[in-house]
Formats: sequence, C-alpha cells, structure tokens
Amino acid sequence: MSTLTFDPTPTTPAATATVDPAAAVARAHARVSPAETVSQTLSMAWRALKKMRRNPEQFFDVTFQPLLFTAMFAYIFGGAISGNVQRYLPLIIPGIVAQTVLTTCMSTGVQLREDMEKGVFDRFKALPIARIAPLAGPMVADLVRYLIAASLTFVVGVIIGYRPHGGPLGVLGAILLAVFTGWAIAWIFTWFGILARSARAVQGYSMMVLFPLTFLSNAFVPVGTLPGGLRTFVKFNPVSHLVSATRDLANHGVLSSEVGWTLLAGLVVIAIFAPLSVRSYKRHL
Amino acid sequence: MTPTTAVYATGLVKSFGGFRAVDGIDLTVDQGEIYGVLGPNGAGKTTMLKMLATLLPIDAGQASLFGVDVAREPHRIRQLLGVTGQYASVDEDLTATENLWLFGRLQGLRSADARATAKRLLAQFDLEEAANKPIAQFSGGMRRRLDLAASLITRPPLIFLDEPTTGLDPRTRGQMWDTIRDLVADGCTVLLTTQYLDEADQLADRISVIDRGRKVAEGTPDELKSSVGDSTLQLQLAAGADQELAAQVVGRVVGQEPVLTPESARMNVPLDVADDAADVLIALRQAEIPIASVSVAKPTLDEVFLALTGHDTGEGDQETTREHLALEIR
Repeated sequence: MSTLTFDPTPTTPAATATVDPAAAVARAHARVSPAETVSQTLSMAWRALKKMRRNPEQFFDVTFQPLLFTAMFAYIFGGAISGNVQRYLPLIIPGIVAQTVLTTCMSTGVQLREDMEKGVFDRFKALPIARIAPLAGPMVADLVRYLIAASLTFVVGVIIGYRPHGGPLGVLGAILLAVFTGWAIAWIFTWFGILARSARAVQGYSMMVLFPLTFLSNAFVPVGTLPGGLRTFVKFNPVSHLVSATRDLANHGVLSSEVGWTLLAGLVVIAIFAPLSVRSYKRHL
Repeated sequence: MTPTTAVYATGLVKSFGGFRAVDGIDLTVDQGEIYGVLGPNGAGKTTMLKMLATLLPIDAGQASLFGVDVAREPHRIRQLLGVTGQYASVDEDLTATENLWLFGRLQGLRSADARATAKRLLAQFDLEEAANKPIAQFSGGMRRRLDLAASLITRPPLIFLDEPTTGLDPRTRGQMWDTIRDLVADGCTVLLTTQYLDEADQLADRISVIDRGRKVAEGTPDELKSSVGDSTLQLQLAAGADQELAAQVVGRVVGQEPVLTPESARMNVPLDVADDAADVLIALRQAEIPIASVSVAKPTLDEVFLALTGHDTGEGDQETTREHLALEIR
C-alpha cells in the first residue's frame, strides 16, 4: 500500500488566497449589457479579420468572381441582349453586383459551420458572453468582403467601358446598399450554417436557393423578354428589387422606391433571422 | 448545502434519446477542495460536467454553484466558472498571446489589461517562448496548458477540468498536477474527471466513482481503495523452484494461501499491508527459494470497478446483470 499513500494536498486555502468566491458571486451580473454585446462582437470581428489575413484564399471568391463574371457575361451576352457590350453594361453591372454579394453571403454560412466545428467554439459557449457575439462577429468582419466584391465589380465595369450616370455618389450609394443587403441576407445563411450538419451541406442548400434566385431575376436580361409566368416570379423575386435599386442608384442617381423596399426587406430579414440564429445556436449546445 | 459548498447537485438526469447518460447523480463539492469524478469512457462524467457548466440543459434534478442556480442564471454561472475540456478549446489560427488576449477582451478586460494578463499567464504556464507561435505548432502538453491558462483569465473561484491529463506523457502529467495543486492553494475549488485511479488518488481530496450515469461510490481515496482491497505481490519463481514449498512459506507469512499459476511458476500474494511484501521476500530467501522477478501491483481502475459494480470497465459485458452495490462510504 505504501506506493499508493500520498501526503494529502493542503485543502484549506493558503493565507495568501487570491480567489474569493463570495466576492465573485457578488460581482457576477445576470445579463449582458448592450455595450458589452457590441464590444464582444467587435472582439469576435477582430478574430475573424485576423483569420482572413492569415488565410488569404478566403478572398478568392470576392476577387475572382467580380473580375471573371463581369467580363465574361458582358462579352458573351452583350451583343445578343442589348445589341452591343456598351449598351449592356448598365444592365449587367448592377446585376453582377447583386449576384456577387449574394454568393458572398453563402460563404458566410459555410465558414461559420466550419468554425463551429472547432474546439474554440466550446470555449465561446462556456464564456459569459452574449450568445449573438460569436455569430455577429464574423459577419461584421465579412463587411470587408462585401465591400471588396461590390466595389471591384464597378471597377471592372468602368474598365471595360461602363459609365454610371449616377455619378460617384450614386455608385457609392449602390455599393453601400449592396453591402447592407448582403449583410442582411447573410443572416439567413448564418442560420443555415448553424442548422446544417456539415459545411458541404450548407454549400449544397445555399446553391439550391441562390442559383434560381439570381438567374430567375432581372439581373442579366430585360424582364420584357420573359414568358408570362416566369415574368411574375421575376417581379416578386427580392433579388430583382435589389438589382433595380442598384440600377436606380448607379445609373440614375435616384433614391427610388425600389431602394426603400430593398432596405425594408433587409431589415425584415435581419429581424427574423438574427433572433432565429441565436435561438438555434443556443439549442445547438 | 452550507455556505462553504461550491457545487451542489441533486438528482441530475440527462437523456439522449432513450439512453440515460446521467441517471440521477447527487454531488456536493466543498470550497477549496479537489473533487475527483472517476469512471471509464462513457460513464457520463463529461455529460455531468457539461450540465453543471450550462453547456447542456439539465433534464431533471437541480444544480447550483456557490448558491447560484445553474438552470436559472446561466450567465452568472459562466462568470464563476473556468472550464477546460478534454480537447483543447483554443483557436488554432491565432497565436497563444492572441488567444489569451481575445478571451480577456471577451470577458471585459481593457486591451492593455488583457495583454498584461496574457503575458502573466504565459509566464506562469511556461509558454513564453511559444507566445507568438500559432497553436498549430504546439505539442499536446502545451495546448493543455494554454487551455487551462485560458480558463484562468478572470480568476474564477471554480475550475472544471475534464480529463486534464489524458494523452499526456508522465512528465507533463506531473506538471499539470502541480498546476492544479497551485490553483487550490490560491483558493480555487477544482472539480475534475479522470479515468485514472492514480490521478484521482494523487490529486483529489474526495472521489466519486461514476458508472453508467450513476454514482456507485464516494469517499476519500483511502476509503475507496480499502473498500476495493489492497495491493498484490506478484512473484515469478525461478525455474526449478519448489512451488509447493514457496506457497506454504508465503501462506505462513501473510496468513492466506497465495494464488498459484503452476504452468508459468507465477504466484499472486494478496497483501493487507505493503510492509508484508518485505516479510514475504525475506521468508522466501530464508527457505532458499529463488525468485526471477517481483512486482507489487496497485488496485487498478478495473479492479475498483469490478469490486464496486460487479462488472469491469470494458464495453464487452453490457449484458451482465446490473449489480450496483449501493456502497456509500462516508
């Protein structure tokens, strides 16, 4: 037995005890304040930005897609749809902006899913922080990606001859609207990301939703050329409203009702899907 | 529950589908003690810890930490508790310093304070050299230490450690044990789970043994071990030794027949007191019986389990009748 016996460790706190349970209990507050929530979200955004900088391949989609798609679609469809490329650009550039921003949303969901499978999320769950912070943080960091995607599309457009009549302010407005809408819609994909079993599944669902939504819209073709039933769908498709609003701002410098509807739709999406995401995240524990 | 109770839980239950992972566990941990939860894989140790740490909803029963209800006030519980899981929960893409800084910021430290805390903890855990290396380059022991450091940023009064040394080499394990003792010396209360009897024995003031979601025994390490039986002296007799004579000699010393395995000339001698081992060896020498090898085996977790539950820790005997000895050692 001698091999097993052991001098018991001192169980009474040492004289220099630095941890005081009673004080800790008294200090502990019951809820996270809004200011703490914002600060925690920003800390999470810092983490996401660090990760982006260390994994530059995360920027591939927001750089290559605008470069490639803008040039490709303009030169392939330009002649057929608008007679020539120049006349097609005011139609297609806002369309590509909307499409790029939406596909960027998708990777928000995919990356959240990948992230949630890592050990560090266990710690986030155990920390006394707002439950929304680990979800909203990466999304705040993703604003950078939306900004790159939207701006780059306009830049490529201008290089190949697009002259937006809305002027710099109109284009800026269009970019901001696209960034806001992208951020709002990303909450839907964040929710998918929490619910799905794997990152691959998120990608699968997202493609299934996004592909029809972006192509069955007014992003690439004038609505007048479409058959009746499809035309109705396109009219109600929210992507069409985003595209129209972007066109109104960039091409005409007008704050049209389309802009208002798009903003409203974005707010509604956030109001529904942000709480839904937080709820699912809590359950996911 | 008294004012000095750190963890108080009654009738904790957690079911997954029809399976009761935790099946009515009561637990009381006093402030300033190291409490060990001992059990094999799948016994429900981690599930119990997760419920107490607000990471899993409690299906039935009640739990409180320092008098704060776990189910009703999860946010307050999270401020009282540091949790270090079985797998390092730090961010692989960040450096050690960045990890600790982030966790400090998230818990309300100012940027400069978070940096100072990170620096202090890295020094305390002997990780200064690796401070600016990505975690991906860390060894298992370093990750565990960083993980524990991350749980201590706000100096919580209660620390949960889920199998803190599983997979560590003996030297690193010893370091981890020292660190845990230091925590308690600072006034922390530690609740740890382990699969190793010797770890619980080395560290814990009290142990409860968990099997299939139930507590089958509780007591100090000594109480637990004496309930299980004592060490065994394993003798390998040299070729040609008189086994019959050896058995008689040993029997006279310990007052109990040893278990002989004649084919391999092995003999297992149950010992009441470890001192008896010396007497046995001296008696064998005096009788001129040569010995090839000697070892003293401590009771293993398997033997503890066999004694307490009537089945071993393996998965293979799920069919055996459930014989939970309602053995409560106080």
